Amino acid sequence: MMDPLNLAGSAIFLLLGMAVLALLLGRRQRLLVVVSFAVSAVASLSATVAGVRVVGWSTTSQAIMSIGLPDLPFHLRLDPLAGFFITVVGILSFVVSIYSIGYVREISKQRPISRLVIFYALFLAGMFMVIIADDALFFLISWELMAAASYFLVLFEDERVENRRAAFLYMVVAHVGALAILLSFGVMSGLATGFEGFHGYTFDAMRQAEFPAVWATAAFLLAFFGFAAKAGVIPLHIWLPEAHPVAPSNISALMSGVMLKTAIYGIVRVTFDLIGVFPWWWGSIVLVFGLISAVMGVLYALMQHDLKRLLAYHSVENIGIILIGIGLSMIFRSFDFPLLSSLALIAGLYHTLNHAIFKGLLFMGAGAVLHASHERNMEEMGGLIHLMPWTAALFLVGSVSIAGLPPFNGFVSEWLTFQAFLLSPSLPSPLMKLLIPLGAALLALTAALAAACFVKAFGVTFLGHWRGHHQPHVQEVDWFMRSGMIIAALLCLALGVLPTVVIDWMDTVPEQLVGSRIGTTAGAFGWMWLTPVAPERASYSGPLVFLVTLSVIVIAYLLLHVRSGSITRVPLWDCGFEKVTPRMQYTATAFAMPIRRIFGFFFHIREQVKMNPQAPHRTVPGRMQYTLRIRDRFWGWLYRPLVDASFWLSRRVGRLQQGRIQAYLIYSFVTIIVLLLFLR
Amino acid sequence: MNLYPFMTEILQIMIVLGISPAFVGWVRMLKCWSQGRTSAGLFQPYRDIRKLFAKNVVLAENASWVFRFTPYLVFGTTVLAGGIIPMLSVDLPLSATADVIVLVALFAIARFFTALAGMDIGTAFGGMGSSREMTIASLAEPAMLMAIFTLSLACRSTSLSQIVTVIFSGQIQLRPYLAFAFLAFVLISLAETGRIPVDNPATHLELTMVHEAMILEYSGRHLALIEWAGMMKLMLFMALGAVLFFPWGIDVTATAAGAVRAFLFLLLKLGASGVVLVLIETGLAKMRLFRLTEFLGSAFLLATLGMLAYYILD
Amino acid sequence: MMDLQIASQISSFLAALVLLTAFGMLVQKRVYGLIHLFAWQGLFLSLNTAVVGFVANKHHLYISSVLTLSLKVVLLPYILHVLINRLKIRKEVETVVNIPMTMMIGIALVIFSYHLTAPIRQLSTLITRSTLAVALATVMLGLLMMITRRHAVTQIIGFLALENGLFFAATSATYGMPLVVELGVALDVLIAAFIFGIFFFHIHTTFDSLDVEQMAKLKEEN
Repeated sequence: MMDPLNLAGSAIFLLLGMAVLALLLGRRQRLLVVVSFAVSAVASLSATVAGVRVVGWSTTSQAIMSIGLPDLPFHLRLDPLAGFFITVVGILSFVVSIYSIGYVREISKQRPISRLVIFYALFLAGMFMVIIADDALFFLISWELMAAASYFLVLFEDERVENRRAAFLYMVVAHVGALAILLSFGVMSGLATGFEGFHGYTFDAMRQAEFPAVWATAAFLLAFFGFAAKAGVIPLHIWLPEAHPVAPSNISALMSGVMLKTAIYGIVRVTFDLIGVFPWWWGSIVLVFGLISAVMGVLYALMQHDLKRLLAYHSVENIGIILIGIGLSMIFRSFDFPLLSSLALIAGLYHTLNHAIFKGLLFMGAGAVLHASHERNMEEMGGLIHLMPWTAALFLVGSVSIAGLPPFNGFVSEWLTFQAFLLSPSLPSPLMKLLIPLGAALLALTAALAAACFVKAFGVTFLGHWRGHHQPHVQEVDWFMRSGMIIAALLCLALGVLPTVVIDWMDTVPEQLVGSRIGTTAGAFGWMWLTPVAPERASYSGPLVFLVTLSVIVIAYLLLHVRSGSITRVPLWDCGFEKVTPRMQYTATAFAMPIRRIFGFFFHIREQVKMNPQAPHRTVPGRMQYTLRIRDRFWGWLYRPLVDASFWLSRRVGRLQQGRIQAYLIYSFVTIIVLLLFLR
Repeated sequence: MNLYPFMTEILQIMIVLGISPAFVGWVRMLKCWSQGRTSAGLFQPYRDIRKLFAKNVVLAENASWVFRFTPYLVFGTTVLAGGIIPMLSVDLPLSATADVIVLVALFAIARFFTALAGMDIGTAFGGMGSSREMTIASLAEPAMLMAIFTLSLACRSTSLSQIVTVIFSGQIQLRPYLAFAFLAFVLISLAETGRIPVDNPATHLELTMVHEAMILEYSGRHLALIEWAGMMKLMLFMALGAVLFFPWGIDVTATAAGAVRAFLFLLLKLGASGVVLVLIETGLAKMRLFRLTEFLGSAFLLATLGMLAYYILD
Repeated sequence: MMDLQIASQISSFLAALVLLTAFGMLVQKRVYGLIHLFAWQGLFLSLNTAVVGFVANKHHLYISSVLTLSLKVVLLPYILHVLINRLKIRKEVETVVNIPMTMMIGIALVIFSYHLTAPIRQLSTLITRSTLAVALATVMLGLLMMITRRHAVTQIIGFLALENGLFFAATSATYGMPLVVELGVALDVLIAAFIFGIFFFHIHTTFDSLDVEQMAKLKEEN
């Protein structure tokens, strides 16, 4: 048996090795696709095994690698928290790697894919490295590796202007975030050793140090800002709906499914582990941003008609839900309720795992649609369920999961989050008792809107008739892509039906972080019933809900088919309306119209109806033209002024550029004199 | 192993299946009387369902499996919901499988698939119905959960059996938050079960249909299942309201006599709730879709006030 | 003792109803419905005063209860009725901007007033202490109503609702003000109502409308 850390380490080396191999195999593109993605599937699987074992056994293994800068070796550590996130990343990258064999093979018919393969491997390696890093230096190096690799992946189809723009935006936000994280680590390591030595850069030193409240707050706020930028928390989400849709779909699945989770990992690591002791209002900050992201994310998602953009906004929403769990956990922890804190943390982490899988599944499904129909705009699609039955069924599983409906996995974590909300009466502060349940209402709103959004997404894409002008030749995707999606769909079901098993496994993470498990109570009534806190408080049995519903369906079906009449297929009835055309179907825009009107003040909407004056008759209007533009309000509120200000500033700074050597010498001279004055 | 709870469970599911058409018949009868019409009798819904089951299915050409699967799923989840709500006894085996949040989610999954079925055929009506239904649901669901959370906070549980037991035991008497939560629940029930003023179950007018628009293309046994599930849903909401806010007569002793008494009380309460429903429906007019924001907003407001009242006034 | 407990439960129930009518007025569009709601609020208030009088054994509260009943349930609604009949604005429906938003602000105000009165709750030993938050919220909701409405009649109703809240606050914080003060306030309110009535006639004849937005015309041109 290999040590889990060794196993994870060798997975990373395998991936790095594969990146080198891809350079050598540049000529043999078809072979490269199969070999490289098979290798990354193996690497991901072994990382998953390592993660599962660490969490299950609750072990912690550490290592020091003497590479890197002299006297600053890299520290590695695999504890249950890291193990959990390794598992999350590992499972999805395993599934996506299988899917990619089919997906990238199709791309390779049109363009060279060596670059895609290299950066794919580096991207995966970067994510694994971030999670096992145990010092600030290695963490940041891995973080940048991950960011840079994903930047090049977003830029893969770089001939389009919007791709370059999206990648640039992503890079800018990622770097602003990374800067904040760097500063946060700087504050913590500085306080850990004083500013003389360098050894405060290890996480161990930060763990042991006790930070003064002000500096701890500064470190937390910087870290939260930095990680929130990566996670796409509103209002720092602006890059996410730009960058995710333009990347190849397997990359979108990874970025949305697991790259955002590394930021969640960072938040949990810094607050619970490195800083350790915190006041309650840190938790409320996380909770409030979580709620805002959840509600706004799903509202913006509803307004999209680009399938991948819609999914990208849903990532904002789900990150919000995860942060709600983590924020509640922080609040409970700061008031010293370890059991409640661990329940909320489990809710957040469970949703992390669930979101990784169903969002991966949905992006893979969107990729399959995109690949088959060459269309991203939902308004042009429809009726794909007849042409791509597998993809449709699997996408439906993902939709039901993300909409938080039983018996699939999204429901379990939302249910746990609701339970965490309902435990707020234990808190001592009366104001918080009042305010926190209102958050539960917002979560309910989010879940209901998500259901509406996925009725729209699935209904418009797969159901009805093809809406575009000419129906393309669409056929079902190959077995590699299908099997990737099938595994993800089965995982969605398994995680939804057997939550007790999963929670029993991941219970070691809250034990490590907040010192309490919920497994003793959650599994008290066997694996069938999930009963957090106490059985008379709340209980949910995934298997029974699934089985009873299924058996009623089967019984009803069998009973009705004993003497079933034949089914006659006829043209549409539609209340007797005669000439039904596909253009009369509800479009995605039309579907979302009531919600757009009700929540209109959240959007920047410009709606125009143009009537063509040349009407054939005065009672019959001529051609009408309808244009609708919906924009993110934050762009106008926050980013536009920021961009303008930075342009203004750079123009001002630009004036310093005189082009004459004497002027530059004067600048240096003045600088030296000022410094001398200050450092006298 | 004690078999009694299982017997009650099966009995209750049978009752839900068997009585719900009569309940709908009762509501229609009352409505006819209130409007001075002759009613078709208490048993007309049974005849309707039987007729539909006997008929052949006529299916649109491009209906996919989603369309054919939906009636069974809607029926299945509704039956499960019927097993969860403690109507006869608080000691039901299925009651532990799902708490009140799961109950709401079960109705949500039925709605999700009905909306998909509405879009599957590709008619204008179907999409319209789905869009409206999902809009209404997304406004009603927070209010519903808020109303229920008020009870859950007071009873320190989300398990329906536990809530009913606590309220029944008289620990909670005349409380403002209960009244608020009840009012909110009434408004939401009207929205969730598609009654006036939110939706008109008796219309096929294109501007006013919501639920009917989605199931327009169904026929034969599919339609029968959906109609039956709709009847059960109406009865379940009424029973839920009756059992949560007025749990008198429910069986906490686990005896046969108790179960019979609980059944009689249930009939009484359902009859009364039918009267209330008809009074509301006759008194109100169907609302415009965009007035519903105010209607459901008021429901949310009431539910929230209930929660605030729980903390402020107690 | 049991009686007291039930009485205090009834009192808090009535407080909840006062709050409910305050919210009802906030969202009610028709002037007529508003007056009805105002009368209901007065009724709940007067009942509550009587109940508090019973609980606290303060007999002067019975008098102020009767006073409230006659003034706010009978007289003022009657005056307002007459007023809107004379001005022929019975059927006028006022467009209130964004009702759901107003409701949310209202909820926030309730939470805020709860937060404000929390320290008093802990200090006070009165049975009615928990209704103080509701009373303060009623005041704030009356003010919010005056801000969000444009019609002069609805503004005066908002003002009267605000006064209701103050009266309620006095009852729940200290078992009512001295009777002399209460009589004075009642008289003031009555006179205010008459003066408002006279003003309405003048506004109505000048602008041919009771929309207070019209008053913006009175400012100096710049």
